Amino acid sequence: MSGARPKLEWRNVTKRFGDVTVLDRLTLSVETGRSMVIIGGSGQGKSVMIKLALGLVAPDGGRVVLDGRGLPGFGGRLQRRLLARSGVLFQSAALFDSLTVWENVAFRLINADGVSRKAARRRALDALARVRLEEAVADVFPSELSGGMQKRVGLARAIAADPEVLFFDEPTTGLDPVTAAVINDLIVDQVRRLGCTAVSITHDLASARRIGDEIAMLHEGQIVWQGAPGELDQTSNPHVRAFVAG
Amino acid sequence: MAPAAALTPVRAVGRLTLLCLQTLGAVTLFALRSLRAILLGPWFPGQILRQLAAIGFFSLPVVGLTAVFTGAALALNIYTGGGRFNAEQIMPQIVALGITRELGPVLAALMLAGRVSATIAAEIGAMRTTEQIDAMRTLSTDPFGYLVAPRIVAAVIALPILTVVADIIGIGGGWAVAVGFLDFNPTVYIRATVDFVQAGDVGTGLLKAMVFGLIVALMGCYHGYRATGGARGVGRATTNAVVSAAILIFASDYLLTTLFTRR
Ligand SMILES: Nc1ncnc2c1ncn2[C@@H]1O[C@H](COP(=O)(O)OP(=O)(O)O)[C@@H](O)[C@H]1O
Ligand SMILES: [Mg+2]
Repeated sequence: MSGARPKLEWRNVTKRFGDVTVLDRLTLSVETGRSMVIIGGSGQGKSVMIKLALGLVAPDGGRVVLDGRGLPGFGGRLQRRLLARSGVLFQSAALFDSLTVWENVAFRLINADGVSRKAARRRALDALARVRLEEAVADVFPSELSGGMQKRVGLARAIAADPEVLFFDEPTTGLDPVTAAVINDLIVDQVRRLGCTAVSITHDLASARRIGDEIAMLHEGQIVWQGAPGELDQTSNPHVRAFVAG
Repeated sequence: MAPAAALTPVRAVGRLTLLCLQTLGAVTLFALRSLRAILLGPWFPGQILRQLAAIGFFSLPVVGLTAVFTGAALALNIYTGGGRFNAEQIMPQIVALGITRELGPVLAALMLAGRVSATIAAEIGAMRTTEQIDAMRTLSTDPFGYLVAPRIVAAVIALPILTVVADIIGIGGGWAVAVGFLDFNPTVYIRATVDFVQAGDVGTGLLKAMVFGLIVALMGCYHGYRATGGARGVGRATTNAVVSAAILIFASDYLLTTLFTRR
């Protein structure tokens, strides 16, 4: 494990909103091909961590490093490259409500990669099949789907262009346990199939155990614990114990 | 306590000034980012066509109705005013001038401020607060290219066209009351209008319309893009878009008119 190269690192990242310091010199690295799960209470800054990594939010200190090279700021070529190679499933799914399901899934292919609509549709249907959605949903609008199905469409959109890095922000929050288990399995399948590096956020421990090779806990702006899923129950770390006890 | 209380109004003025400068800077920055997207692309022709339909075509009924009633009312007022100098016969010329140079573009723009600025702010605001704009960026698509630029381009193209329509229908409204109630000769009225109106009258109106189109779309996009905090935030963005667009239309109308006035 020590020989593996980090794919993505947060190095001493600080982020403030007004007077509130959300992330305080946070450091974390994710190795290539591994699935990292970040746990922590709500409002601790988990979503902000992902947004920083994607360059949607600028850090006040430190930097995010991809393949050993720093993301210096907004709009840079490196950031565009990261975005071109990553897929994101947002907490709210964030589907475009004015576009049909397949147009959502094919959005990057059509608008950024210059793929023809016909070829893009074929690839979108393929991605939908991979998250076990039938062709029938391709032409409806996202608002006509249930929450669980919207998450699946979001997942299909994230994997449609075969990304190298996948980000999942609370993929199972708000879903019933059965649907949540389905989503967890789909995530594990797709991360394996694509062989990509994954960063997931959750406060659902079952989900964390299922999809993580490694788990890190965010508390008060820093990573206070990091370990394998099996170690969650053994650790004496008070924050983790409190979290596991619910 | 007393000196602090005495300074309160000063502090308020200072804060207001800073806020104004801050807003001006933010709007300018937003406009520059939009301009870069318009000039350098990537372009989305499908989105531009869609916005042309939404902004231009579907605004025809409101703009037409506003113009016909205003043209008719203007004609009656000028008839009354002209009557005081025994100059009723000059009515067609004054109506044509008032419509082409001023009322056509301003009325069309105000209708668009109500209809289009509001829609744009609500659409983009909803996309912002539901993370759709963030999602778009993670899909390697610049929201300024995909959302903002097509709306601005469409509005700048559509408003001059709507203004031509408003000019024609407005003058038609004046013609209708003149012929219907005031015993003007229909062909003489039209002859008088056509002979009098200069290309410059219509041209200045169209130039104004382009600026107003920019204002309408820019205010909608700017306020929508900055919306925060769910449905309430979107509502606030919509109101701000309409109010700021309307005020800027009137202010820039005055400024542009001073440029077009030869003394
Ligand atoms: N754009 C923003 N502006 C102001 N505050 C923000 C913004 N984004 C997040 N925050 C604040 O940062 C903190 C962490 O948010 P978040 O990362 O969403 O938490 P979570 O761990 O639940 O995902 C919260 O207190 C939130 O209010
Ligand atoms: Mg979150």
